[in-house]
Amino acid sequence: MRCGDFKESYIKDEEIFQSFFVKFWLVLFFFFLLLFPFIANAYMLYVANMIGFAIIGAIGLNLLTGFTGQISLGHAAFLGVGAYTSAILVTRLGFSFWLSVPCAGLVAALAGLVIGIPSLRVKGLYLCIATLAAQFIFEFIFVHWESMTKGITGIHIPAPAIGGYAFKTERDFYWITLFFVVLGVKYARNLIRSRMGRAFIAIRDRDLSAEIIGINLFKYKLSAFAISSFYAGVAGALWVTFLKVVTPDHFPFILSIQYLAMIIVGGLGSILGSIFGAVFITLTPELLNHLSEIVKATAPGYEEIFVPMKEVIFGLLIVLFLIFEPRGLAEIWNRIKTFFRLWPFSY
Amino acid sequence: MDILIQVIVTGLATGGLYGLIALGFVLIYKATSVLNLAMGEFMTLGAFVCFTMLTQIKAPFYLSLLLTLAAAVILGIVVERLILRPLIGEPVISVIMVTIGLGVILKGLIYMIWTPTFRNFPEIFPPEPLDLNFAVVPSGLWWGFLFAVIGTIAFLLVFKFSRTGVAMRAVASDQQAALSMGISVRWVFALAWCFGAMASVIGGIVIGNISGISVYMGDIGLKVLAVIILGGLDSIGGAILGGFAIGVLENLTGLYIDPLVGGGAKNVAPFFILVVILMIRPYGLFGKELIERV
Repeated sequence: MRCGDFKESYIKDEEIFQSFFVKFWLVLFFFFLLLFPFIANAYMLYVANMIGFAIIGAIGLNLLTGFTGQISLGHAAFLGVGAYTSAILVTRLGFSFWLSVPCAGLVAALAGLVIGIPSLRVKGLYLCIATLAAQFIFEFIFVHWESMTKGITGIHIPAPAIGGYAFKTERDFYWITLFFVVLGVKYARNLIRSRMGRAFIAIRDRDLSAEIIGINLFKYKLSAFAISSFYAGVAGALWVTFLKVVTPDHFPFILSIQYLAMIIVGGLGSILGSIFGAVFITLTPELLNHLSEIVKATAPGYEEIFVPMKEVIFGLLIVLFLIFEPRGLAEIWNRIKTFFRLWPFSY
Repeated sequence: MDILIQVIVTGLATGGLYGLIALGFVLIYKATSVLNLAMGEFMTLGAFVCFTMLTQIKAPFYLSLLLTLAAAVILGIVVERLILRPLIGEPVISVIMVTIGLGVILKGLIYMIWTPTFRNFPEIFPPEPLDLNFAVVPSGLWWGFLFAVIGTIAFLLVFKFSRTGVAMRAVASDQQAALSMGISVRWVFALAWCFGAMASVIGGIVIGNISGISVYMGDIGLKVLAVIILGGLDSIGGAILGGFAIGVLENLTGLYIDPLVGGGAKNVAPFFILVVILMIRPYGLFGKELIERV
């Protein structure tokens, strides 16, 4: 374990993973991720895929809300835009999956740009309400623009393929998810230590000062919306291709709240926090399902409680984390690391 | 032409209802600068509590109303003490998220306690519709409108003439100055939440009377955001006027645009209007403009 911080060149100072210890464990973790599909059953792979999609979406939202400070209550709408774009491109225009996912991201980024335009005029609370309005407007469009989205019947999506090999099972899709997650995390991590990332953080901390030192607020706020929606679009496209169907029911307001819960529980303004939050919030309903199975087996009649229990637990998680640990799981992780780094002088 | 007048009158009556819920939002925002996105769930809770009292305990209506108002006061105090007090000074995103979380918790609790079956509210108003010569207003809407107008006037009078009201306006304007004048800001916050809860609970009873009560009643609370943005986040008069405007516009959309898109436009119209208002005049008709000085 390292003690002290001695950098000898600027390059070393800017590295993302700064000690041999971290790099070693990261490589080990990566090997585990590669071996995982061979030791896991279909259910665990399903959960792993869902966690992957949630990570991409949560990183997008964290870039917008955690790093740039623009609260967005409409994230589910951008997931929907990406999902529908991918579905329509694959089913109607015969695009291959590998082309439709980036296109879905681009179209979602365009939608994000449009929704970000009010950020020129309003900020804070009012922008939050504008994104909420966007959420409902997009839901309306998904249901009623029947010529494109087929309304509530939805669109069925064929499995993606390279050459002749089709990715049909959860295990096959795991490789796709892993690829996109690694790409997404790497890009985000690099983004926040670049000029654009520092501009985002400046806007979050004090946007008037940012403008004074020469950061073009409108350009960077729009970029934040666009990049965040790109991530959401990619996550949405992957998710519905995995599920093989897309309907307007997949993108309600509660999904936006779920993503907000992910970044709040995980930690605003931290990529690792988005990952933690995504894992936590995705695993919680699965755990509740297991609990309700156990309750159904041992005390039948009481499992009715578990249907709304998921909502109550979400709400409780949000409220309790905001009151007691506003910087989320990432902060808890940092405290543990600092404790061990300074041990035995951790007081 | 007849249909148009009927639609406008119904819109005004519905707008009165929206104004009542908007009143709840505005009362809380005016004193505490917190936008309470759980208003819909407060409303649902009030409607269910009143329903339980009317049917299980078989109390007469005025008694049920008083008890429900008392329950609203308790709800306001509990929420303010447990949830909002620890978050004083935190950035606005935390507070908004906490109110959203609170709404989700309340919705789940209502689901657990009262199960999601849809129920009809027992009759509490005389059922004859109001017959103006050029239009007919259904009984529930008419009484709801009356409640809304009475409620708004009552709160306006309280804010303008009573000590409590003036104290609340003082806190809304400048907390430090209010503190130095001896006003207990903590009491004012609790009072603001109680008033807001009371307004939304009355709104819940009225709406429950019109369209029955269910767990999902509270979704109307988000539509009312358009009303308060139009009227101005901290203007009581703006809440009811904005309510009228949105009610009429919504019904007109239902009349003219719904046939074009095959239904559903009526529900999303307030959100379109919201976006338009945010672009043109974000602080609404009567809201206080925030001017940032560097």
